[in-house]
Amino acid sequence: MNGVLQLEWYRLAAAYVFVIILIIMVRIKKIPREREVLLSTVRMTLQLIIVGYVLQYLFTQANAWMTGLIVLLMLAFAIYTLFKRSKHPLNRQLKKLIAISMTSGILASLLFFLLVVIHKTPWYEPSYVIPVAGMLIGNSMTGIALGVNTLAQGMSSRRSWIEGSLMLGAAPKEACREIINQAFDAALLPTINSMVGMGIVFLPGMMTGQILGGASPIVAVEYQIAIMLGILGSVSLSVMVFVQFAYKAYFNDRQQLVLVEEPRQMVK
Amino acid sequence: MALFELRKVRYREVLHVHELNIEAHKVTCILGESGSGKTTLLQLLNEMITPDDGTILYRGRSIAHMDPVLLRRECVMVPQSPVIFSGSIRDNLGMGLKMSARAPATDDEMRESLRAVCLSKELEEAADRLSGGEKQRLCLARALLMSPGVLLLDEPTAALDEATSLEVLTSITGRARAEGISLIIVTHSRSAADLIGENIIYVHQGKIVSREVVSS
Repeated sequence: MNGVLQLEWYRLAAAYVFVIILIIMVRIKKIPREREVLLSTVRMTLQLIIVGYVLQYLFTQANAWMTGLIVLLMLAFAIYTLFKRSKHPLNRQLKKLIAISMTSGILASLLFFLLVVIHKTPWYEPSYVIPVAGMLIGNSMTGIALGVNTLAQGMSSRRSWIEGSLMLGAAPKEACREIINQAFDAALLPTINSMVGMGIVFLPGMMTGQILGGASPIVAVEYQIAIMLGILGSVSLSVMVFVQFAYKAYFNDRQQLVLVEEPRQMVK
Repeated sequence: MALFELRKVRYREVLHVHELNIEAHKVTCILGESGSGKTTLLQLLNEMITPDDGTILYRGRSIAHMDPVLLRRECVMVPQSPVIFSGSIRDNLGMGLKMSARAPATDDEMRESLRAVCLSKELEEAADRLSGGEKQRLCLARALLMSPGVLLLDEPTAALDEATSLEVLTSITGRARAEGISLIIVTHSRSAADLIGENIIYVHQGKIVSREVVSS
């Protein structure tokens, strides 16, 4: 296989023509989104340039503590983003559960993936750990966000149904079983759907990146299969821990349904 | 020993009960206008809500020290708005037993409970296709099938016409007496209370204003 083709700066700049086309289109259609399109393009560009230099530096520093710290920082940022972007109010107990479920699910899957599947020496090689951690964290964040929304919506819209079950003598977990299952389902569905379409409907980003980087398609596919299974493990573990305990945040110690109504700032 | 004893119970500005005893194995009707605090009183008895002040004793034990889930299995409440689960009438009848960790019922027992609420339907029928009044009766049948110690019924026949309502109430009362179930029924119908009530409690603006013992 050939090595990676270097992109000239003006060729990369040419890719921004798509942004210009989009801005012209929203202007013609009078959709007030020019500012968002511009801002997101600038943010994406700056963030990726910064992360490129940071990764270049980190990849030369094969240090277990440094790598661990970066993974924890990525995890903390993902948890913070989830709190900020939740459509539903989250109380302290729910926030704690989100943090615990994401940390436990992601770290358990990541360690298994690094130590058993990749089996690279040293195991903390940043050029492996950081991209893999990024994919596990990103997908788990999406899964938990969907789980939180489905659970919160179910608890609120099916209040009389839950209370009717409690009146019949159901334990809170039994009364919310259907909502818990729906939340688990909603959280896992995007990962399952992407597995179904993979290779036929689209070529995943990591695999495309490896092929463009000069790797053999077979090696790229091997890595892609492994990472998809790792993502499935990470998402399902995180979501499983979350939904198994999150319903408790909606009940007080007398097993009465109390809806979460903590005031919070709206995210624009 | 009284079934329930309430002492200086207060719940927000909705209900203030200085003292109230509810007897076991009787039909107690709680009468009052809309918004008088009748439903609140019922919800306090099976701890769907907790009083701000005061004590509620169930068979001599403070309910604050009981496991609320076990209390609700013993004192089953049927809310005014019917709660129907997905599936057939059979599924719905079985749900109460399942949720309260009771043994499943036979089809004959299920049909018997439907007869007790004057509902002639097949067990296989889809529950969500029933009318409002039929759904309400299905909820009553589900609670009766559980054969709990106490049944707390909130306007159990509000969706029925008066004749059917009295027929259903009479039938439920007969079944409850036969099985030794204590019935506490919230209603705003004086005629219904007169027909089935052995004790009648009148609630007005969050206070118990009178208690009557009806001679049989």
